[in-house]
Amino acid sequence: MISFLSHLVNGISLGSVYAIIALGYSMVYGIAKMLNFAHGDVIMIGGYISFCATQYWGMSPLMSVVIAMIVCTALGVVIERLAYKPLRQASSLAVLITAIGMSYLLQNSAQLIWGANPKSFPSVVNIPTVSLFEGQLLISGETMVTVLANIVIMIALTIFTGKTKMGRAMRAVSEDKGAAELMGINVNATISLTFAIGSALAAIAGVLLCSAYPALMPTTGSMPGIKAFTAAVFGGIGSIPGALVGGLLLGVIEILGKAYVSTELGDAFVFAVLIVVLLVKPTGLLGKKVHEKV
Amino acid sequence: MKMSKKFRSNLITYALVIVAFIICQLAVDGTIEGFKMSRSLKGQLVPICVYIVMAVSLNLTVGISGELSLGHAGFMSVGAFSGIVMSSWLVSAFQFENELLRLLIAMITGGVMAGIAGVLIGIPVLRLRGDYLAIVTLAFGEIIRNVLNCLYFSLDGAKLYIGFNNPNLPGKVFVNGPAGATGVDKISTFVMGVVLILFTLFVILNLVNSRSGRAIMAIRDNRIAAESMGINVTKYKMMAFVTSAVLAGMAGALYGLNYSTVTAAKFRFDTSILVLVFVVLGGIGNIRGSIIAATVLTILPEVLRAFSDYRMLVYAIVLILVMLATNSPLLMNLVERIRPKKKTQVKEGDAA
Amino acid sequence: MTQKRKLDTKMVPMPSMAIVPERDVDKRPVLETRHLGIEFGGLKAVEDFNIAVGPTEICGLIGPNGAGKTTVFNLLTKVYQPTSGTVLINGKDTHGMNTVQANKAGIARTFQNIRLFNNMTVEENVRIGLHNQVKYGMFSGIFRMPNYWKQEKKQHEHALDLLSIFDMQDMADVKAGSLPYGAQRRLEIVRALATHPSLLLLDEPAAGMNPHETEELMENIIKIRDQFQIAVMLIEHDMNLVMGICEGICVLNYGRVIAKGTPDEIQQNPVVIEAYLGKQKEAE
Repeated sequence: MISFLSHLVNGISLGSVYAIIALGYSMVYGIAKMLNFAHGDVIMIGGYISFCATQYWGMSPLMSVVIAMIVCTALGVVIERLAYKPLRQASSLAVLITAIGMSYLLQNSAQLIWGANPKSFPSVVNIPTVSLFEGQLLISGETMVTVLANIVIMIALTIFTGKTKMGRAMRAVSEDKGAAELMGINVNATISLTFAIGSALAAIAGVLLCSAYPALMPTTGSMPGIKAFTAAVFGGIGSIPGALVGGLLLGVIEILGKAYVSTELGDAFVFAVLIVVLLVKPTGLLGKKVHEKV
Repeated sequence: MKMSKKFRSNLITYALVIVAFIICQLAVDGTIEGFKMSRSLKGQLVPICVYIVMAVSLNLTVGISGELSLGHAGFMSVGAFSGIVMSSWLVSAFQFENELLRLLIAMITGGVMAGIAGVLIGIPVLRLRGDYLAIVTLAFGEIIRNVLNCLYFSLDGAKLYIGFNNPNLPGKVFVNGPAGATGVDKISTFVMGVVLILFTLFVILNLVNSRSGRAIMAIRDNRIAAESMGINVTKYKMMAFVTSAVLAGMAGALYGLNYSTVTAAKFRFDTSILVLVFVVLGGIGNIRGSIIAATVLTILPEVLRAFSDYRMLVYAIVLILVMLATNSPLLMNLVERIRPKKKTQVKEGDAA
Repeated sequence: MTQKRKLDTKMVPMPSMAIVPERDVDKRPVLETRHLGIEFGGLKAVEDFNIAVGPTEICGLIGPNGAGKTTVFNLLTKVYQPTSGTVLINGKDTHGMNTVQANKAGIARTFQNIRLFNNMTVEENVRIGLHNQVKYGMFSGIFRMPNYWKQEKKQHEHALDLLSIFDMQDMADVKAGSLPYGAQRRLEIVRALATHPSLLLLDEPAAGMNPHETEELMENIIKIRDQFQIAVMLIEHDMNLVMGICEGICVLNYGRVIAKGTPDEIQQNPVVIEAYLGKQKEAE
């Protein structure tokens, strides 16, 4: 029972990271209708920037997170402007291939800059581990910070998209780009803003992910990226609560699957869930159904 | 007029492969003085054939059927492992030593197994569209790799044992989970590779110029119109997907039997992407382009060893630039102004 | 509800306000709909749509923009599944069929926003239409069996025959996407005809055509009907065309049938004038 609880806590922790990444995917997909394959690699860049900031530039952990967020935000906006914006009218196949190219570009640039060998990432969290049930259930500081960050981000984003002018603009653009433009909304700026927010979140997710799983490599972001996309689809792409639910469920499923079914098949388990969800409910748990116009 | 034009274009493609084969064969034999292939390049001959078949078969899914598949390496791995198992079993059970025939049987086995995998995967996958379809093929590719990592095979005379997550099998274990297949008989030959290329071309070029091929392309160009013309969308999408899987499986068997050790890690997502790069750079839907791109991009890293660190980086940049050049309205206008005769790019997946 | 029972049991044209021409009255209608309706999230796009079309009738479906005309076409071709009522093609219930099966049952259509296979040649477009008429399997295709050559030749001749209706056989090798607008609309009709339908649905066939082309189109629609002995149902805003060739007209407004009858009756009908023609005058 205690071991189950401990797995559950780990699952929620991992799931919170997935949820934060999934938000980035979900918002970008909702607005630009594209699968930003490079999102996972922005996470990795965030991890490296934070690593450099603490190890080489002598910054405090908190400052390193801020620097990582700034760099990733800029990176996200630049990627959008250079690679995705010219392809607004192109087929989704073309955009997806470009995004894959961008993902490879980031991974290989990182490999040239930082090398292929894993770096041991020092945790940015220095909160002591909480011990429950006479030391049988340990909840690490990283877990607590991750879950807390997740909750704060979710609330902030819900308020942002629901109550602010820019948030409304984002929702309008995701509904109908053309109509939003006619209403005087700057569509390009809104899309850039979405990429900026998504990338900043990716930076936070990168730092949290590396704090929990300290091996930092150029390919660190790709698997969590794909899984977070899975989570976003699972919860219903384009929906903020969907990303939260999908991320948490996926994290828990992955950890429990690894613990009770097979370690080797942990990833296969996650992907099987994705496939089943897409077949049963193609728009995800909390997604909306769209009609095709003939 | 039209048929003859297509026919001529197909002939050029076949001729290209055959001429390239003759030149390579001359260079391998060293018949002409001073014209001899280096050892490292010789080692690349079979992989080049494999990648050509992979690229051409992926082009059937991506270019002709218009569905982005990111799990093509998965079918290759199914073919590789089933081919290896078949080849080893033939030796162990029947002392079947004829290498050419064994390779042929292994390739057919690889194709059949990959085809079965293609059917099983195609049923759920082809119900989805666009990005979702792509991500699910990726998921299946990863699932196949994960499952192969758990598979153990052993031979005890004519008896073949299969273990899932269980290395304790009787007899000689030759497929060892994550450590892959070891002690594989290297029976793949360049000639067989070229034969496979020609077979692949034959299948795909003939398919395209037939009733079924037209149906596949009609679905790509306009699904709703195709449906209202009475074309069974699932059937023809499946046909393209499974044909592509079968060919990838055959290529996989050829690939697997070219090395003494093969692990599932060789068929990662990266390999799928690499093949996709060949297809995209060769021109989506352009079969001859796929052949040339696969050849050049497999040889290039060998020739430019010094740049091997930058290889993937260059690939990535080229991939992005090609997509921008062929799809961005701004650059397309520019290109058209420079080359007014250039034909318009084939438009993909206009389903809505 | 004696009227309802009567509707359910009656086999020939209904409702009795005969829009089926005299010559077809004794035959089974090619298309019959019964209380056909569809809702999109509570909005009734089409409601209680009853119509019967005789086997060689040319009929028109008109109504102001957004009245649900194309939705009716989508319901008939099973692009949408009705939320109430049903469609009978040649007396056969299409409940549970998909678009492909509806086509095989005898319905072919063109689209309001042209949906040709633009990268294929004109002939190939027609060959796609012939898909279920001239058959051979994948393996004969790949391995070029004798059957392949025989059927391909048949398909080629068939396609040219069909193209000759609109004098388009010379354009057989032209890419469909590069045809002028009017020719694209004509090609769509040929392609639909190739599927060997018993009912041809034309969604705004004259849109974007000049008066001369429209005139020609009218003659051709009649020619097609006479030559192939099929029914034609068309959506059109060009009243000259509708009043000129349609034998029966059905007027739709807000998803409901507001009038049915011959062109003369429709032109006299005060409800139609108010809802449809009156509106048009306002717009002008």
